[in-house]
Amino acid sequence: MHLMYFTEQPMAAYSAEEGLKFGATALMFSNKHFDPVAGSRLYSEFLDQYLYAEEMGVDGIMLNEHHNAPFCMQAKANVFAAILAGMTKRVKIVLLGNPLPLAENPIRLAEELAMIDMVSKGRLVSGFVRGGGQEQLATGVNPAFNRERFEEAHDLIVKAWTQPGPFRWEGTHYQHRVVNPWAVPLQKPYPRVWIPGVLSTETIIWAAKKRYPYIALNTSIEATKRIWATYDQAAAEVGYTPGPECRGYLQRVHVSDTEEKAIRNAKQFMWMQGEFTGLAHPVWSSPSGYFSPSQRRGFVEFAVGRALSPRGRETFEQQMDNMQIIAGTPKTVIPKLKRIMQETRPGIMALWGNDGTVSDADARTCIRLLGQEVMPAMRAYAKELDLTSPFENDAPVSIDYATDLKPGRAKVAV
Amino acid sequence: MAADVAWDESAPGVAGCKLRLLRGGAGRPVLVLHHDLGTLDRLPFYDALARRFDVLLPHHPGFGGSERPAWLRSPRDIAAMYQALLTDLDLAQVSLLGLGLGGWIAAEMASLAPRDFHRLVLVGAMGVKPPAGDILDQALLSYIDYARAGFHGEAAFAAAYGAEPSTDQLVAWDIAREMCFRIAWKPYMYNQTLPHLLGGVRAPTLVVWGEHDRVVPRSAGEVYATALRHAKLEIVRGSGHCVEMEKPAELAALISSFLDGR
Repeated sequence: MHLMYFTEQPMAAYSAEEGLKFGATALMFSNKHFDPVAGSRLYSEFLDQYLYAEEMGVDGIMLNEHHNAPFCMQAKANVFAAILAGMTKRVKIVLLGNPLPLAENPIRLAEELAMIDMVSKGRLVSGFVRGGGQEQLATGVNPAFNRERFEEAHDLIVKAWTQPGPFRWEGTHYQHRVVNPWAVPLQKPYPRVWIPGVLSTETIIWAAKKRYPYIALNTSIEATKRIWATYDQAAAEVGYTPGPECRGYLQRVHVSDTEEKAIRNAKQFMWMQGEFTGLAHPVWSSPSGYFSPSQRRGFVEFAVGRALSPRGRETFEQQMDNMQIIAGTPKTVIPKLKRIMQETRPGIMALWGNDGTVSDADARTCIRLLGQEVMPAMRAYAKELDLTSPFENDAPVSIDYATDLKPGRAKVAV
Repeated sequence: MAADVAWDESAPGVAGCKLRLLRGGAGRPVLVLHHDLGTLDRLPFYDALARRFDVLLPHHPGFGGSERPAWLRSPRDIAAMYQALLTDLDLAQVSLLGLGLGGWIAAEMASLAPRDFHRLVLVGAMGVKPPAGDILDQALLSYIDYARAGFHGEAAFAAAYGAEPSTDQLVAWDIAREMCFRIAWKPYMYNQTLPHLLGGVRAPTLVVWGEHDRVVPRSAGEVYATALRHAKLEIVRGSGHCVEMEKPAELAALISSFLDGR
């Protein structure tokens, strides 16, 4: 099992009152409330926490990227990835991920990621995402072509990584006269690509058909099982049977010395009024054309207040009950994590330890207990359950490199 | 609804796409091009026009009952499709009446074929960058809030859509909104080259603006009135952007008299 540490890098140093007064904490919530002095201090703390996580024994550090919102300070995942590439020695640097549709020039991403892979001596995992709805508006990228851009940018980046240049690219959304970056990844055939997600069936199917691990982002156990059923069916159609190496899971879990303190800090997972991505108008988070047409009716009803969010929105207590949030001492959280491992059988897990205003000292305690006590217990249990990561069982980077496809479905490696 | 006007429905194919076309009345042909929100099938305004003219009301490709061409990228593409439609229907010296987004399409059609049209009417037309103010961006607004912004008075909105629009209506608005993004995302709802191409248009033009238009600033209307060589700007008092729904009788009278050349 591959075990990662994750935090959204919350910019909690603004007045929560202002967010409540404005009625939203995303997209249009003014950046006049962003305090760069606090921002500088927080970046420094987050960086030290990542280095500490490596020291405490985590296998990987998961990074992400968001725009125009206090819930995540990373406006560019590749910036922190580059810093960690130089400052860490052992951990995988797992980007979940770069929002491909936001790129006007995907070759630029291919170059940056190749640099990070080389500087880190081959420790990059290059996840890709579609970007949230608000990100499309924040960056001026057309939400109606989000999925087409995602797939085309992916194809272009993989080609730039695997085929010698120069070549020309004449696509629907991208055209490049000369593709010939003088930076290519160290890892061959190319760095592992993992795909995180929460809702879109189309993304699950796309990942399964590529044989890219899908990382379910803190979905309930039942929802996670439905995701694997969709993934497994798509995998069967292209000729392979996925195992734990194709399944990842992000879990919110705060660990502390005492139960009371752990629960108090875990309430910070709700600091954005219970919305991961901040409180936003539904038409910002789900602009027309961004979501699946099969969800259209549900989203328009949600947008005018006639229905609950199709994404769901549960209270802290409900999420503690269904284990979407876990909090406690190592002794109490380990059995819960084992239950999730047993029920959903992932080979990759990210533990999202700290959010909101959790202090630096408490964040470091959490990281120490996760690395020294919780993760070792999880690794031992993973062995019992045979939950192997893509690294442990040397899984092919993509279906194009598979040698075990069922007869009649086999594809030729490119 | 007036029972005296019969409307036919057909599904002509243009550029590989089936369009929904409503046609009613008799007289000089008038091609009516609807708003970015799509259109209701029947409006008192359409009936009023059809009592005097041969009214053609297509749903824009991808809107309402028309198929979506996946390749469509701009209102100019729609303009070319409608030129093909008019050719297929063997219609000449048509007058164009464009509402909001439809005004943009009408202006593109006229600029592409400057001597083809009898008269041009642009009502709250999008398509040019307003020198003062911005075109209201539906990407940042809820469906009902955006539709309501098209009206000066709440009563006119409720008369058109009901005080609480149905979920079917919301779905139709979402599909229309997605099409707007597909054809006019950036720059939002205007074409930087269009103002330079309007000077060649020969058709006399009536530019109409609602006095309280909150969707397209009146300064855009002034751009049209200046750039088109035979144009005048008329303001309809007490109306918002959707003049055809808010002041149908006034607009129909204004247009009838203009199209008849009086």
